[in-house]
Amino acid sequence: MCLSIPSKVVKIDLERNVATVDTMGVQREAGLELMEEGDVKIGDYVLLHIGFIMNKIDEEDAMESLKVYNEILQKLDEEERKQMVIDDDNCENRKA
Amino acid sequence: MSELQLKDLYDGFRNPEVIKGFAKLIAEEAKKLPHPINIMEVCGGHTHSIMKFGLPQLLPDNINFIHGPGCPVCIMPKERIDHAYILAELEDTILVTLGDMIKVPGSRGSLQDARAKGADVRFIYSPLDTLKIAEENPEKKIIFFAIGFETTTPMTTALIDIVLKRQIKNIFFHINHVTVPEVMVELIDSRDEHVDSYNNRIDAFLGPSHVSVITGSKIYEKFPKEYNRPVVVAGFEPVDVMEAIFMIVKQFNEGRCELEIEYKRLVTHDGNLKAQALIENYFEKASLFKWRGLGNVPESGYKLRPQFADIDAERIYADILPREEIEDHKLCICGDILRGMAKPDECTIFGTACKPQTPLGSCMVSSEGACAAYYKYGNLLK
Amino acid sequence: MNKQITLAMGNGGEENNELISKVFYKAFKNDILEKSEDAAVIHAGELAFSTDSFTVSPLFFPGGDIGKLAICGTCNDLAMMGAKPKYLTCSVIIEEGFSTRELEKIVRSMKKELESNGAIVVSGDTKVVPRGSVDKIFINTTGIGEIQKKGISSNSISKEDVILVSRDLGRHGATIFAAREGIELSSSLESDCASLTHQVQALIEAGVKITALRDATRGGVSAVLNEWAKQSNICIEVQEDSIPVSAEVYGICEMLGFEAVNLANEGTFVLAIKKEDEQKALNILQTFENSSNAVKIADVSDEYIGKVVLLSSYGTKRFLDTPTGELLPRIC
Repeated sequence: MCLSIPSKVVKIDLERNVATVDTMGVQREAGLELMEEGDVKIGDYVLLHIGFIMNKIDEEDAMESLKVYNEILQKLDEEERKQMVIDDDNCENRKA
Repeated sequence: MSELQLKDLYDGFRNPEVIKGFAKLIAEEAKKLPHPINIMEVCGGHTHSIMKFGLPQLLPDNINFIHGPGCPVCIMPKERIDHAYILAELEDTILVTLGDMIKVPGSRGSLQDARAKGADVRFIYSPLDTLKIAEENPEKKIIFFAIGFETTTPMTTALIDIVLKRQIKNIFFHINHVTVPEVMVELIDSRDEHVDSYNNRIDAFLGPSHVSVITGSKIYEKFPKEYNRPVVVAGFEPVDVMEAIFMIVKQFNEGRCELEIEYKRLVTHDGNLKAQALIENYFEKASLFKWRGLGNVPESGYKLRPQFADIDAERIYADILPREEIEDHKLCICGDILRGMAKPDECTIFGTACKPQTPLGSCMVSSEGACAAYYKYGNLLK
Repeated sequence: MNKQITLAMGNGGEENNELISKVFYKAFKNDILEKSEDAAVIHAGELAFSTDSFTVSPLFFPGGDIGKLAICGTCNDLAMMGAKPKYLTCSVIIEEGFSTRELEKIVRSMKKELESNGAIVVSGDTKVVPRGSVDKIFINTTGIGEIQKKGISSNSISKEDVILVSRDLGRHGATIFAAREGIELSSSLESDCASLTHQVQALIEAGVKITALRDATRGGVSAVLNEWAKQSNICIEVQEDSIPVSAEVYGICEMLGFEAVNLANEGTFVLAIKKEDEQKALNILQTFENSSNAVKIADVSDEYIGKVVLLSSYGTKRFLDTPTGELLPRIC
C-alpha cells in the first residue's frame, strides 16, 4: 500500500499530463496531477506512488546522506583498525 | 561532484555495511540512555520494513519497537467493509478499489468472497485505472472505494478532479481516507492512562515516510511541543530506519525533544502544497471516524464536501448502507496491538485461527498489519 | 477449507497445497502420488509420467506463448526426475470464435519445442466450447519419459547437499505481470520459458551426484525450497545476497511489492547436489545460454526443520515461507 519508489523521468507528455518514468529498465506512465506545472523535468528523480508522481527527490540531500554514510563507515573502519592494533599489542601470547 | 544514479537511491540506503555501522553506533549511544525507550512506528510500511529486514535483531535490549496502527486497511471497521460488499453486489455496478482490500473480511465476507459469488469487483494498481474501466463500461456505475492515509488521499482527489472536469457521469466515490496525527494523539492519550511503567509508554515516534511527503513535517510539531515526544520522520529503507533510531537515541542522551527529518531527500517542512490544496478543495473532516480496534477517533477521517454530493456513494446509497456498529471477534486483541500494548504473538489465536489466509482481525488482514508482518517475518525475532 | 474455490487455491503456494491434499490426495491415496514429485515414477523406476494444464493469459508474451509453455512445462517435469521426454499427449479446449491463425501459431510453437526435446505427440483431443465457456484456449499435455538416472527424489535431501539455482529468478512472473498491467518494458525482459532437458542430460552424463531437481513454476523458488524442506525434513539456509535477480525483475518487484523468490518461472530449476560436485555442476550449467548465471544459493542444516531461512548480509535472519494469496492468477 505504502509502496512508493524512486524512479527517473524519461519522457513528458504535457497534453495528457503524464510522465514516463523508468525504474531499473521498467517503464511506466505516471500522472502529473500532484505536481506544479513545469516542476518536473526529464532526468529528474521522482517518487512514484499508485500511478502518480508524488514529489521530486532532492538529489543534493540524497548525495549528502550517502556522503555521511561513507564517512561513518570510514570512521568505524579506522576505529576498528586502531582497536585491532591495541588488541594485538595486548596479546597474551606476545608477553615476554 | 559525481552524478547520482537511480541505483544509488536503492543500494545506498540498503547498504549492509552501513546498516551494520549504524547498529554499532546505536549500541554505543544506547549504553548512555537514562531508561529503556519505546519507539512507535506509526506507519505500516515501517512495520513491514522493520520486520522484513530483521532490524530488532540488530538493536540493543533497551530499545523497543511499539507497532502502530499505520495500516489503513487494517483499521477499516467491519461496517465499512460491509459497505464495499453491499455496493459490489448492486446490479450494473463495478466496485473498484486498491489490491489491499481483497482479503479484508467484513461481517458478510471479503471482497474476494463477493467476487467468487459473482459480484464485479476490480482491484487496481492506480486510481487512474478507474477511468478506463468507466470508459469500457458506459452503462455501468463505477464506484471507487477509496482507502489510505494522507499518502493516497491526494490521488483520489486528482481522480475526482478529472471526473468532474471531464464530466464523467458514471464514476462515484466512497471515501475512507484517514489521517495520522489525530490517531497519534489518541494513542498517546489512551495509553498514558494505562501507563504503569516504562513498558507501556510511547517515548518517541518514527514519523511515516510518505504521508509526510504530502503533508510536510509540520503536522507533527505538536508532539515535541505539547506531548513531549520527539518525532523523527524516517524513510523506508533499512538504513533510513537505523539512522532515524540513532537520531532518536541521541535526542534522549542530549536531553532534546525535537521534530527532526531523517528522510531529507523527500520530506520538507511544508510538503506538497498542490496535493494539500486538492484535498482541501474536495474533502472535509468527518467529526468522527471509527478505527477498527481503537474506536472513534475525532477528526481523523475525510468525507466529500456537501457540494459534491452527486458523486458521493455514501450519500447516494445511504438507505442501503448499514450504520450499526459491528463487534470484532471475541478473542481478537487487535485493539491492544494497535495501541502498541500487546505484541502479535501474545494473541491466543495468532497463527492458528487467525493467519493471513484466514484473518479474523484487522492486524492480520493487510500485508502491512503488525500481525501479518510478524507472521511472515517475525518468528526469528529475539 | 472454504466452501467455495477461490483463485488463491490455484496459486502454487499454500492454499493450492491445501486444496490438493484435502481433496485430491485424500481421494486418490496411493504411495506414488504421495511422493509429490514433479513427475510420477512408474514401471519399476524406468518411466516418469506427468501432466499439466496451461491457462496462461496473455496467450502470447515476450519469450514465448501458451504452446511453448505447454510443451516445456510437461517436458521439464519429466526432466526433473532425470527422464528423457519421449511421448506426449495434447488436449485442447478452444473457445468458439478463437482465431485459427493464432491456433496455428500456437501449434507451430509446440512443434518447435517438441523437436528441441526430442519428443513426439502421439495422442490428443480437441474440444470446442461455446463463447464464454473458456477464455480463448486451455491446453493440457501429459508426458512419458525414460528415466536416465534413478533415485532422483525430493524426499532425500540432506546436509551433504548444497542448493543451486540455474539462473536469475522471477522472469516469467514479472513478464506476465508487466504484460497484463500494460507496463512498458524498455529493456529485454522476457519470460525464461525454456526446456531444461539438455541441461539435465548433460549433468547426468557427466556423472554429477544429483540428489534432487525441481523446476520453479508457480510459487517460485520459495515454493520449491519450502516443499523440499518439508519433504526431506531439513532446514534450508539461503544466503540472501547470493540470490540472482536481473535489474528489470528487481524493478518490477520494487514497483509492485513482490519478492523475486515468490514469482513464477518457466525455465529455471533448483538443484540439490552433493557438496563435492558443486563446482562441476555449476561449470556444466554455465555452458548453456539460459543457465550462464547458475549459482549456489543455500546450504542444508537442521536448525529449523521443515523451514527455509534467509540470512541477510548484515547479520539478521528471517523465515522464507511458502507464498500465500493470489499473487498472479493465470500465470501458467
